Amino acid sequence: MKKDILKHQLVPEHVILSEEEAEKVLEEMKIHAEQLPRIRTDDPVVKAIGAKEGDILKIIRESPTAGKFVTYRIVQD
Amino acid sequence: MKGILKKISKINFGLLSPDKIRKMSVAQIITPDTYDEDGYPIENGLMDPRLGVIDPGLRCKTCGARGGECPGHFGHINFVRPVIHVGFADTIYKILGSTCRKCGRILLDENEIKEYTILFHEAMEKEENLTDIIKEVYDVAKRERCPHCDEDQGNIKIDKPVSIVEEDYKLTVDEIIELLEDIIEMLDEGYTLTSFELIELLERKYRLTPREIKKLTKGLDESLEKIRESLEEVKSFRRIFEKIGKKSTFNEIIEFLENAEKASNSQATEWENFKEKTEILKELDKTLEDEPEIEQGLGKFLKIIREVEEDPEKILDVKGELKEIMKPMEVLEEIRGLRKLLDVIDYKLTPSEVRERLERIPDEDSLLLGVNPKVARPEWMVLTVLPVPPVTVRPSITLETGERSEDDLTHKLVDILRINQRLKENMEAGAPQLIVEDLWELLQYHVTTYFDNEASGVPPARHRSGRPLKTLAQRLKGKEGRFRGNLSGKRVNFSARTVISPDPNISINEVGVPEIIAKEVTVPVYVTEWNLDEVKEYIKNGSDKHPGANYVIKPDNRKIRIYEETKEAILEKIEPGYIVERHLKDGDIVLFNRQPSLHRMSMMAHEVRVLPYKTFRLNLCVCPPYNADFDGDEMNLHVLQTEEARAEAKTLMRVQEHILSPRFGGPIIGGIHDHISGAYLLTRKGTKFEEGDAFQLLKRAGIPLPDRKGRKWTGKEIFSMVLPDDLNMTYKAEICRKCDECQKEDCKYDAYVIIENGQLKSGVIDEKAYGAFSGKILDHIVKEYGTDKAREFLDSATRLAIAAIMKVGFTTSIRDEEIPEEAKERIEAHLKNAEKRVDRLIEAYENGELEPLPGRTLEETLEMKIMQVLGEARDKSGEIAEEYLDMEENHAVIMALTGARGSMLNLTQITACVGQQSVRGSRITRGYNKRTLPHFKKGELGAKARGFVHSSYKEGLDPLEFFFHAMGGREGLVDTAIRTAQSGYMQRRLVNALQDLTVTDDGMVIDNRGIVVQRLYGEDGVDPAKSDYGEIVDLEKLVDEIRAGK
Repeated sequence: MKKDILKHQLVPEHVILSEEEAEKVLEEMKIHAEQLPRIRTDDPVVKAIGAKEGDILKIIRESPTAGKFVTYRIVQD
Repeated sequence: MKGILKKISKINFGLLSPDKIRKMSVAQIITPDTYDEDGYPIENGLMDPRLGVIDPGLRCKTCGARGGECPGHFGHINFVRPVIHVGFADTIYKILGSTCRKCGRILLDENEIKEYTILFHEAMEKEENLTDIIKEVYDVAKRERCPHCDEDQGNIKIDKPVSIVEEDYKLTVDEIIELLEDIIEMLDEGYTLTSFELIELLERKYRLTPREIKKLTKGLDESLEKIRESLEEVKSFRRIFEKIGKKSTFNEIIEFLENAEKASNSQATEWENFKEKTEILKELDKTLEDEPEIEQGLGKFLKIIREVEEDPEKILDVKGELKEIMKPMEVLEEIRGLRKLLDVIDYKLTPSEVRERLERIPDEDSLLLGVNPKVARPEWMVLTVLPVPPVTVRPSITLETGERSEDDLTHKLVDILRINQRLKENMEAGAPQLIVEDLWELLQYHVTTYFDNEASGVPPARHRSGRPLKTLAQRLKGKEGRFRGNLSGKRVNFSARTVISPDPNISINEVGVPEIIAKEVTVPVYVTEWNLDEVKEYIKNGSDKHPGANYVIKPDNRKIRIYEETKEAILEKIEPGYIVERHLKDGDIVLFNRQPSLHRMSMMAHEVRVLPYKTFRLNLCVCPPYNADFDGDEMNLHVLQTEEARAEAKTLMRVQEHILSPRFGGPIIGGIHDHISGAYLLTRKGTKFEEGDAFQLLKRAGIPLPDRKGRKWTGKEIFSMVLPDDLNMTYKAEICRKCDECQKEDCKYDAYVIIENGQLKSGVIDEKAYGAFSGKILDHIVKEYGTDKAREFLDSATRLAIAAIMKVGFTTSIRDEEIPEEAKERIEAHLKNAEKRVDRLIEAYENGELEPLPGRTLEETLEMKIMQVLGEARDKSGEIAEEYLDMEENHAVIMALTGARGSMLNLTQITACVGQQSVRGSRITRGYNKRTLPHFKKGELGAKARGFVHSSYKEGLDPLEFFFHAMGGREGLVDTAIRTAQSGYMQRRLVNALQDLTVTDDGMVIDNRGIVVQRLYGEDGVDPAKSDYGEIVDLEKLVDEIRAGK
């Protein structure tokens, strides 16, 4: 029996950014991709959504202070 | 982002090789003396001029730099005998335990070596931590026999701190064989294994203990027959081996036999191999010709070999015979087993032997043992040469008497040199081994204490005065050591420390500095043409008169102290470009700090007020952020030395900028104690002052006098004078009784505060208004009017409150806790009733009528119900008492209800009933068997028997109650002690983890490499210090503002 972990209530929404989107995000934050927090290629969510090394993920999660919070991570080991 | 910081890619830790030590040395040190009679350093002595200079005048003989610039140069001492380095004794012990005593290989077999080498290189490539692998290698490499050379391994032990001891078997194989022969002979004579004569022989001749004899006879019981049969053959093997010049070591014979067996079991080609490899065979051939009598064992063996040589097919026929010949091998195994039954003896390895063993370890093996051969060799851990640190490391001090006093390290080096010299002389004179060994040991002692004078198991070396010497390890270790004392933390100049005391009349932004301190710590002033006259005034005053100056720094950076005699000369020369270090004066910005510095408000910038006497004075409102009181607390003051620092401190660190705490977004600086009760007395209903009195209060508060009203002033009118003119707010005061339905404006307690256009219309001023931690008005003023206004408000409001409390008069005594007889009776009746209810509960429990609560046992249910009843009893008795304690007259109650000091619980415990005492959150159960004290029956569960204190503090506790109360009180004390220690360490770890994070100007949290930690600080980007109690928006406040606006 294999569960879809993406539907689990504790797993926030992960979206793979397209190249243009990624560039825009980095420009907005005025940083290099390497400065983003990392998420590993063997992370269950990364495997589930099929992200590749170098992809930038947009993570939308609940936040006790801000309601919804959007953050970004780069797939890297 | 460009400019990511540079990373240190690698740090290599290695050992200094003897070669390197000699190469970096500028002088060999031989003489244990320092200076000659004329006070000149002796060549090749410990103060050799080549080691560097300290006197600023002289030039270094080695590098030519002047004293102070020359970093110093190392020398060296050659040891006549090697010595173990204490710091590495443990590592040496571990390495010796995992390598062969004979061949020096690691005690792993070839496969394991391959396996670990691969693991090792993988981990090195990935730059992973190797410690786990190394630890595993040490664990696995524990063998009784070397897989490479078959040598039996003794057990290595360490005798702290530097003695390495090897355990070996008591008897050699030859001795065992002799012993067995003796036994067999005696058995043949008719003695038995247990007969007295035999045991006596073993005890006398072989010095075996009764325990060993017992083990030996038990072992012999099983194998004696086999040994008896083949002992002769074994002996013949040994004889032959000896004859051919081979050392008759046990393992060589076994090796030979094993190879022979292997060969005999296989094909002819193997035979060839065996013969070629085993040189012994050829030798044997020769020997046997001279020893024709050997028909047994080896002789037979050779015969067979020759036969097989002629006809390889024959091997199958002789197999049985060969087996027969192999018998001695089994016997040898038996002998080996017997040898192990006997105890072992300890043999202390000399450092030379240790070094020899370490030298034998091949480079490849040393890597697996955690010693990288590129940077260190195991044998370098045994010293043959000692680096002598330069004189700059161990400067000698000249006392006032002109006597020279040497550094502890120099003393120790003298000791080392002396013993080294003596050892050398003795050895050259051919002194007996014993004396040489003693001196060697002494040398080891001195070198050990030179490195670490607190090593366990070594008596510390002492100075002539009896003080233990501070040697190398002591310089680095611990709180006062180089790391924690000099690198992580340093002493600073321009700082002062003294006792603090309160001054309600200075501003919260100020700090009172004693004149004596103001004259000591200074501020550098750059002389310009515009401040020339001012600066000259300081110099005229000199260093004794405030405000004066202590030093002048000339443009060439020379510092001149200002004396009475030099004043005039300096005054003449002074011109723009000079720097004058003038005394601290009013208005200077300084940092003020109280330890423990747990949050940023522990160090704030204050303006100086130079005051008489010897204590720092601070406004009472800043006690909460510093957590200061005046029972002897001391605080530190630091004077800023640059314009930049002053500007930064003034904008970021000034007290008024920290009124709101980032912890909860409310004020942490605010009124306390009398500020609050004073404001309450001033603003409560019915307070009226004659106009003259009112003006007096306002004057004392520093408020400009208003126009006359020509009538009495109410307290609320007076207080309104300190409020901003356009302030509008409503809130419930601290004294609010939280009625079911709020009467708002018509509150009978006057707890509903309404401020309209800066006029206090209704309600009282108490802790909720401007107290530290909860002041609403203060909070509002900071956020709406800014910190300057807030400081003004706080300064004048507190001064006003103090003036008011002094005008009205305020005192408290035990009389405030007095209640009428009637109240006492009611309380007594109530407590009686509660105790009766407890008894009924116990009765119900004992009769089995009590229903357990879901998920609880019967006992737990009973305990909970009793606790509930007793808790209610205390609360109710308190309520009864409160009915008789009114707020009009009773100052204790005023303090409790306004939040100035104390709580109603404190008061009711004094007047009515102290209540249940607890240890670990439950009623008191510990003490004797099944009871708390011998005054109760076993298993008694009543209120009194389990620590319910029925009395009040004022009545006094009876002895039993007192005892229970002490139990509960002790727990409180222990808890606080443990909590501070625990939270202190937690705080330290948190600070260390977070100290390098920064928030960028667009709200991103990054670490020192520029890596994003959080995209937006707190995910909402809110600075809690600038928010409404940490929330993004205070909706209620917003709605109120909009309503008021229309």
